[in-house]
Amino acid sequence: METDQCTLYYKSKTVNSALSRTEWIQLKEVLSFHDWKLVTLALPKSCHLSSHQITVSSSHICRLYDRFHALDKDDKGSLNRSDFQNISELAVNPLGDRIINAFFPDGMDLIDFNSFVRILARFRPVDQNPKKEPNAPEPINSRVNKLKFAFQLYDQDKDGKISKSELLQVLRMMVGVQVTEEQLESITDRTIQEADLDGDDAISFEEFKKSLDKVDIEHKMSIRFLR
Amino acid sequence: MEDFGNIVCIAFIVWFTLVVGLIVLPAMFGISLGITEVYMKVLVKTLEWATLRIQRGSKEQQKPTTLVSNGIILRDDGSMEKEITDLRKGRSKPQINGEFELSDIFYFSKKGFESIVEDEVTHRFTSEELVSWNLLTRSNNNFQYISLRISIIWVLGVFIRYCILLPLRVTLATIGLSWLVIGASLVGLLPNSRVKNWLSELVHLMCYRICARGLSATIYYHNKENRPMKGGICVANHTSPIDIVILANDGCYAMVGQVHGGLLGIIQRAIVKACPHVWFERSEMKDRSLVTKRLRNHVADKTKLPILIFPEGTCVNNTSVMMFKKGSFEIGGTIYPVAIKYDPRFGDAFWNSAKYNMVSYLIRMMTSWAIVCDVWYLPSMTRQEEESAVQFANRVKAAIARQGGLVDLSWDGGLKRAKVKDAYKEEQQKSYSKMIVGDDSS
Repeated sequence: METDQCTLYYKSKTVNSALSRTEWIQLKEVLSFHDWKLVTLALPKSCHLSSHQITVSSSHICRLYDRFHALDKDDKGSLNRSDFQNISELAVNPLGDRIINAFFPDGMDLIDFNSFVRILARFRPVDQNPKKEPNAPEPINSRVNKLKFAFQLYDQDKDGKISKSELLQVLRMMVGVQVTEEQLESITDRTIQEADLDGDDAISFEEFKKSLDKVDIEHKMSIRFLR
Repeated sequence: MEDFGNIVCIAFIVWFTLVVGLIVLPAMFGISLGITEVYMKVLVKTLEWATLRIQRGSKEQQKPTTLVSNGIILRDDGSMEKEITDLRKGRSKPQINGEFELSDIFYFSKKGFESIVEDEVTHRFTSEELVSWNLLTRSNNNFQYISLRISIIWVLGVFIRYCILLPLRVTLATIGLSWLVIGASLVGLLPNSRVKNWLSELVHLMCYRICARGLSATIYYHNKENRPMKGGICVANHTSPIDIVILANDGCYAMVGQVHGGLLGIIQRAIVKACPHVWFERSEMKDRSLVTKRLRNHVADKTKLPILIFPEGTCVNNTSVMMFKKGSFEIGGTIYPVAIKYDPRFGDAFWNSAKYNMVSYLIRMMTSWAIVCDVWYLPSMTRQEEESAVQFANRVKAAIARQGGLVDLSWDGGLKRAKVKDAYKEEQQKSYSKMIVGDDSS
């Protein structure tokens, strides 16, 4: 390791120090996959790993690391789609394939631990009393970002709108062969009618947000760690 | 040089005699000299001391010792209907059954992400995580260096386990198994008679007792009045091949299994001479009706020993009981359920066949502190009139899980190697369809 990385490594072991996001990424690039775990173990439990973007406590990172390792049966250091499909509960989830796709954006086939944590960090419960710096970007687990994430589950071609065919696709995944095409079409039409405010026969993100105004996103799109 | 050779010989003979005299002979007759009890007491005290030091070392508060749950994340236990209705509550429109909402997707996506972080099945095929370190490196998942004293104790532990206990246990296991082969073959020469059966039971019991000492196994049997009788089927949860030694220490069973080659094959051929076990060729195993017929014939003969079956079909890590295959429950006859629970502090009995082969598994067993387990004999059960084999199997599984304090899962143990069937996904799709289409069938 070079000298400045050594400093970073030892800095991470002192109590109450916090690494900024850039420092964290620097450190990760230098350490091997297994040393990564040693560093997270060395961090005190209360230490947040970055100032704003990714806030997951270090003990949760250890849990996720163990989970990543358990899913990575061939010890590749990364996960591919079939590693996810081996999770039985995910394989029987009607939206399983969509969810797996959320981990592999831009046509990539492998995901490393850093990205794994970043995607799961969206499900961290919303901070009750956020320290709002005036120009800070929205934290990744805010209500708006959770909604954006759900929007992307519908909007596969990423054109910013949920078209009728995209809605049909998702519905078809959720009902399988149990419902006829006509019934699905009528349900889709009705839904778009209700939510579409500007009459373009598709649901934009703003319309999506408005339609889910009263839903308790904070609770329903959050995963709480017990230990 | 000669003197040295002589001394080694004498030392070996003395040691061997001690082993035979103090361990093998009492084991054969089922008497205990109390050496194991003393060892266990010392071990328990040491582990408790180590636990306190570790807790002090990591500055944890002394929380009340109730493990909140087995899981690491909080999961909503509601049904699909309840959860989705909750999601829709914010709507200003009245609830009409037979409607789709954009918020429905949250239910499935949350369930999906929860299962990525933690699911019920994947971790059943790896060793159980310990609450506190038990001074074995193999269970050192998240525990760090604490203090010099702990490390010294650990080094001492390694020395004791590998240099003292391991050779002792290997010797005992060898003696036990050779005695089984020789004794069974000798008994097999006798003509069929009551004496032969009695002798064969004796030989089997003796050998398994020696093997149990060879693993430093301390077994607590409960409810011995429910012990399996002849002509019955004994059913138990499966954690490792050692289960057979554990159960056979207290009774004689007819084993069921595939014919193997090598050492195991020799043992199989020897013991089948002494009393009837049921061994199948690999090709025969595929024919379900043939298997059922042979087992049925065995069970029908009331002079034959109860057969021992593990309906899970594979080894699971002793925190849960997985789906029982219905084949064993179609044979008929009385089922005697048995629950086996190992104490994970003293040694991890689970055989992770993906990670370890049989030999390395046995060496791991023989270098653990000890094997401590509880065996509960449950009252016998028979299949009711209107019950299908599957329902009966689930009933027995629930009873075993309840007694052993294990989680009752309906997931198939075969998921260790195979993917899950699509039928389960279709079930979920069906439930959801009912919600959005309503009760009108079309």
